[in-house]
Amino acid sequence: MKYVDEFRDPEKARTLLKEINELVEKIDICKKRPLAIMEVCGGHTHSIFRYGIEGMLPKEIELVHGPGCPVCVLPMGRVDDCVALAEQPNMIFTTFGDAMRVPGSKKSLLQAKADGADVRMVYSPLDALDLARDNRDKEVVFFGLGFETTMPSTALTVLRAQADGIKNFSLFCNHITIIPTVKAILDSPDMKIDGFLGPGHVSMVIGTKPYEFIANHYKRPLVVAGFEPLDVLHSVWMVLKQIDEGRSEIENQYVRIVPDEGNDEALNAVSKVFELREFFEWRGLGSIDHSGVRMREEYADFDAERKFSVPNIKIADPKSCQCGEVLKGVIKPFECKVFGKACTPEMPLGALMVSSEGACAAYYQFGDPDRLRELEEV
Amino acid sequence: MNKHSNITNNQSPRPRGKIRVDKVNLAHGGGGKAMRDLIDDVFVSEFDNALLASLEDQARFKMKDLAIHGDQLALTTDSYVVDPLFFPGGNIGKLAVCGTVNDLAVGGANPLYLTCSMIIEEGVEIDLLRSIARSMALEAETAGVQIVTGDTKVVNKGCCDKLFINTAGVGVIRTGLNLSASSAEPGDVVIVNGLLGDHGATILAARDDMALSTVIESDCASLNGLIGGVLDNCETIKFIRDATRGGIASVLNEIAEASGVSIEIEEEKTPIRSDVKGFCEILGLDPLYLANEGKVVIVVPQEDASKVISTLQSNPLGKSAAIIGTVGDWDKGRVTMKTKFGGRRIVDMLVGEQLPRIC
Amino acid sequence: MCLGIPGQIIEITDEARKLAMVDVSGVHREINMACVVNDDHRLNDCIGDWVLVHVGFAMSRINEEEAALTLKVLEELGEAQEEIAAMRASGQM
Repeated sequence: MKYVDEFRDPEKARTLLKEINELVEKIDICKKRPLAIMEVCGGHTHSIFRYGIEGMLPKEIELVHGPGCPVCVLPMGRVDDCVALAEQPNMIFTTFGDAMRVPGSKKSLLQAKADGADVRMVYSPLDALDLARDNRDKEVVFFGLGFETTMPSTALTVLRAQADGIKNFSLFCNHITIIPTVKAILDSPDMKIDGFLGPGHVSMVIGTKPYEFIANHYKRPLVVAGFEPLDVLHSVWMVLKQIDEGRSEIENQYVRIVPDEGNDEALNAVSKVFELREFFEWRGLGSIDHSGVRMREEYADFDAERKFSVPNIKIADPKSCQCGEVLKGVIKPFECKVFGKACTPEMPLGALMVSSEGACAAYYQFGDPDRLRELEEV
Repeated sequence: MNKHSNITNNQSPRPRGKIRVDKVNLAHGGGGKAMRDLIDDVFVSEFDNALLASLEDQARFKMKDLAIHGDQLALTTDSYVVDPLFFPGGNIGKLAVCGTVNDLAVGGANPLYLTCSMIIEEGVEIDLLRSIARSMALEAETAGVQIVTGDTKVVNKGCCDKLFINTAGVGVIRTGLNLSASSAEPGDVVIVNGLLGDHGATILAARDDMALSTVIESDCASLNGLIGGVLDNCETIKFIRDATRGGIASVLNEIAEASGVSIEIEEEKTPIRSDVKGFCEILGLDPLYLANEGKVVIVVPQEDASKVISTLQSNPLGKSAAIIGTVGDWDKGRVTMKTKFGGRRIVDMLVGEQLPRIC
Repeated sequence: MCLGIPGQIIEITDEARKLAMVDVSGVHREINMACVVNDDHRLNDCIGDWVLVHVGFAMSRINEEEAALTLKVLEELGEAQEEIAAMRASGQM
């Protein structure tokens, strides 16, 4: 596959690993404690585990798996709202596959489906719109979730529904924004991140400028990174180079996809349809100001929250769950009290055990990298 | 409810019923003439063997006819509920024969007789049923088995999804053979007979929920000939299992657990066609967990591996056969994969159903 | 988050709705092109383009030169390492 296979080349990986090891030797911090690099995006977490990258890196680098998995950070109350919508009469509730298994306070969408609700997985919001077009006698709700990467697609779908006069389609908007969340992590008193891998696909929409405060104010390097394993190693190396040279800048490793200025067409669609919410609730992190969007008044007819009665009840995260600390890199997944015990991928308690992009589920399924690293050395 | 099955081969043929409507209705499961007409006109005429034609309540075999094949009977059953009924490379009928034949063959049995139980939703077209029965007959012929007894039930609209089929199978295991998931040892290698994930990808694409079009076809095939050939040529085979639901990853985990060994496969050597890779990339799926219907995992000592590979490759159903991994003892019960990229990761059992990962 | 995969545009399927067919390793799917077309690069110019596909939308046109450049940087890094290793081996360092 073009633009995929070249970026999975083991030869170049060896080159990068050699450079990374040399840099680690030079960097002073590494002599005292591991260097904490956060990959903000769940897509990176997935790549890191799928290709066994963490086990290839020297021990002096600790990857902290950040909050960028929209399925993982979805609060329980919002899942309950989805279930309530799905269980309305005459309803087809559509969603991306990832969200099906996320536990609500009583059930997940998968369980609601088993109980008789018409819940369908779609690949694209456009497919949900087609379902509405084909089932005019039913209401079709699309569960919109995801960061800035996904927002343009749902915005354009709403605009298309409006243009085509499809009145039985609406969006249950749960889109979230990444910048306020990264800022919240940086402001947290127990924060210990030395550098960031920036979310590549969010950045192709928003560009690289919105991250500048991270370099300027918080003095942390951030490298916008691609998702192939070579991209990840390359970006780690770029972060290390900045640390070694005493720089904190916003750099772009994923230039083939991410223009520094972002995507105007996508951003226009987003700002036409959505506006910032005062705050949004995150699983594991609590309420974060301006971290979510809702639909503008002009699109009320396509807003499932306005069109139907949504319970909107806030449900507290389980007390024993330490997802917040894992997200901030304070503890590692297996250091959590309930990891692998009360909280497993079959019966997830905390957010990070839910999706395969969640740090805990990834550790649980793909293994402890330290262990794998030791095996590699044997 | 009436059953249709065989007695002996030397009875004079009775007049067969004819069906005169286009769609199945509840009367076709009622035990009366309508049911007899359906059975005769669709199943007896397609499956066409003397054992079945007399429609007794059970199939009867002579012990001595079985004993010539070996010294242990193998019995298996499986239900087929695939949606959609027809998919590129096969249909529910073909699958119901291959699947049961393979479940016998992987135990080292020579599959001989199958049963066929149909649960039909009222309103299903007779022609559709006929074409499925025809596929079953063709596949049974290919595999060299006979469908010798069966049952037909018709349920109310909405009580099942068009058609469910259950087939049971009887086979005889060759004397002295005892394949077992618990017999893998360090030093053994793991072999597959070809490209992985085709069936799973085909079914997901054929459901059309994701609006993806592909040229991938199901690998659904009866493997008794292929497996028989391997067992003829290599006496040291430890274990064979078809990698159906849960994919290759699940079979490997079962072996690792049952034998108390570790298994490491190499991504580089694991054969997966590029279309299936592309399909998985789009939906965020892992091909190691996709179902196969014509693929087996074979465990054999390293020194006999090349013999097995060349036997497999001489059969069209094994032409892409490959050694994909080795059995070790570094972490008992664990399956790992050495990635093409040079890393290593754990390949765990599938948790629940594999859902497309999109956002 | 945000699964995206490179694919090549093989056909424009609906001009009014800005839809096109993309090929990803032999798998085809109709996708929306609204985010990658503008006055400088119109829909009909897109055939043969490589785009990044996310949930049925083309989200970015892949910059071939930049892709090659990224790989070249890594290539050169490898060559430099080899040179250093060779110099060490011959006692020049």
